[in-house]
Amino acid sequence: MSATDAAATGQAAAPAAARLPDDRPARAGRRGPRVPGRWVVRGAYGLALAGVSVLFLYPFVWLVSASLKPRSQVFDNALWPDVWAPENYMRLWEATPLLTWLLNSAVVGLAAAVSVTVSSAVVAFGFAYFRFPGRNVLFGLVLATMMLPGAVTMVPTYLLWNEVGLASTQVPLWAQNLFGSAFYVFLLRQFFLTLPRDLFEAAMLDGASYWRMFRSIAVPLATPAMVIVFIFELRASWTDLMKPLIYLRDPDLYTIPRGLKAVVDQFGQGGEMQWEIVMAASVVTTLPMLLLFFFGQRFFVEGIATTGRSGT
Amino acid sequence: MARASETRAAYLFIAPWLVGLVVFTAGPMVASLVLSFTDYDLVSEPQFVGLDNYRRIAADPTVLRSLGNTVFYTVLHVPLSLAAALGLALLLVRAGRSSGVFRTIVYLPVMTPPVAIGAMFLLLLNGQTGLVNEALALVGIDGPGWTTDPAWIKPGLVLMSLWTVGSTAIIYLAALRDVPRELYEAARIDGAGGWRQFRSVTLPMISGTVYFTLIVNTIASLQLFAEVYTMYFGNDATASSSGDAALFYVIYLFQQAFQFLHMGYASALAWLLFVVIMLITLVQVRLARRRVYYEGG
Repeated sequence: MSATDAAATGQAAAPAAARLPDDRPARAGRRGPRVPGRWVVRGAYGLALAGVSVLFLYPFVWLVSASLKPRSQVFDNALWPDVWAPENYMRLWEATPLLTWLLNSAVVGLAAAVSVTVSSAVVAFGFAYFRFPGRNVLFGLVLATMMLPGAVTMVPTYLLWNEVGLASTQVPLWAQNLFGSAFYVFLLRQFFLTLPRDLFEAAMLDGASYWRMFRSIAVPLATPAMVIVFIFELRASWTDLMKPLIYLRDPDLYTIPRGLKAVVDQFGQGGEMQWEIVMAASVVTTLPMLLLFFFGQRFFVEGIATTGRSGT
Repeated sequence: MARASETRAAYLFIAPWLVGLVVFTAGPMVASLVLSFTDYDLVSEPQFVGLDNYRRIAADPTVLRSLGNTVFYTVLHVPLSLAAALGLALLLVRAGRSSGVFRTIVYLPVMTPPVAIGAMFLLLLNGQTGLVNEALALVGIDGPGWTTDPAWIKPGLVLMSLWTVGSTAIIYLAALRDVPRELYEAARIDGAGGWRQFRSVTLPMISGTVYFTLIVNTIASLQLFAEVYTMYFGNDATASSSGDAALFYVIYLFQQAFQFLHMGYASALAWLLFVVIMLITLVQVRLARRRVYYEGG
């Protein structure tokens, strides 16, 4: 993914040194002496929070519900289906290579996440640890490419993959990640800079090579930050539509968002108007990301919070 | 001696990025500039055509239309989503111990793949049966055809975009928590009320973060693609039903490059987008320099 996309959606990685915003004592309730009407204010806050929660959660519940309704009732917006139609999922399963798409997404996602995490960490360590001629200019270039709109290089990058005969494979979906990603390099470097230099001096005296210092000292300490990079990239890869649209021709190579787009085109608007299938496919596409969030929540929140700090 | 070996090691560490910079950034940028002066369809050799592609851009009404759509959307989406995110953050910062739960709730939509968001909102925004209009009807408003009326397609997309303000909200939440509490105490002692505290303490203290999100959100908004492409493009029926109202710049660029194989023309379009984004970003950075309060700086 491009760095601007990353930043815009808050998909940035960040040093785990950042505090968990959560750990601070709540601000409410230490306002001193009782103010008349305080309970009214509290009640209003409670209501506002509840209202907001409904606004954000309702579409999910609605989606799952719609995916379990028979065709005639998909549009009724009832939160609880009158008639249950779990067979929608069976029909989706039969009509599409659903498992293949999911596996493709998993493979591409892992390849993208692993390669970008390792390569960005290596590069970030280079920028953080060493003083070398050209460092500031080159790091300035890292920052500059973070702002580069991805659409600008879209066409020639395609031509490049076309030239080497890989344009209709899954390779272009992740291989660029082998070379680090500016945003992750930036954030991992920030993390490496927080490591005390004495740690490395001691290893140096023991005759450790630079690579060993990176492998055995920097990487273990940076693991939380690297996990952040990993799960952000996993999300970015899993949700991307543009690259699969450009590169993948064979439906058996589709990732799940590309597959969902095919389902929308075939069963949705202008197609067969079988929206229950489209909704079931949307659930299948979304669910793994919600699971990823529940398991990696701490890392997401830290990552996003520090993204903002990087701008100040 | 040690210095030379250190330099060599450093360059070995950053080598992957240097290679990537040349192969996937600098190379393609130059290639794209060169291609923009050619006619190239992937099959026959590129033909040098001078400034023809740029002249065509100037004469192509669809370019202006798609650029207009994109700017119109951005002008609505960016301020509204930043304001909504700030409102949410101000609400969440007072949620105390339960703020973690609410943070999760507002962030879940951000995890949803854009294709799924597009598919869902085609139904949610549907003029006759959609939930949005059903809710509006409750308060006596006769909602428009968000997905069919060319005048309402972009406002509908802006509405949809507000569902995913959670990531910006969480950035703001972190910034709000970084504001030193003493400042509020001092302001209270000086007799500042809630609004005054917000204007004179909160806003200046988070202004750096706000400008960061402004710039980053603007750049992303100008490149909007996946949700809209899912909803209105990809098969003939959907493309014609929306007219040109949902034709955003990057969608047009994508069509020119990968559907019509006008690689030269698409490259010129890409460079135009690059220049437009650079100019807008420059203006924003200039403004930021004047208005942002940097601690100690």
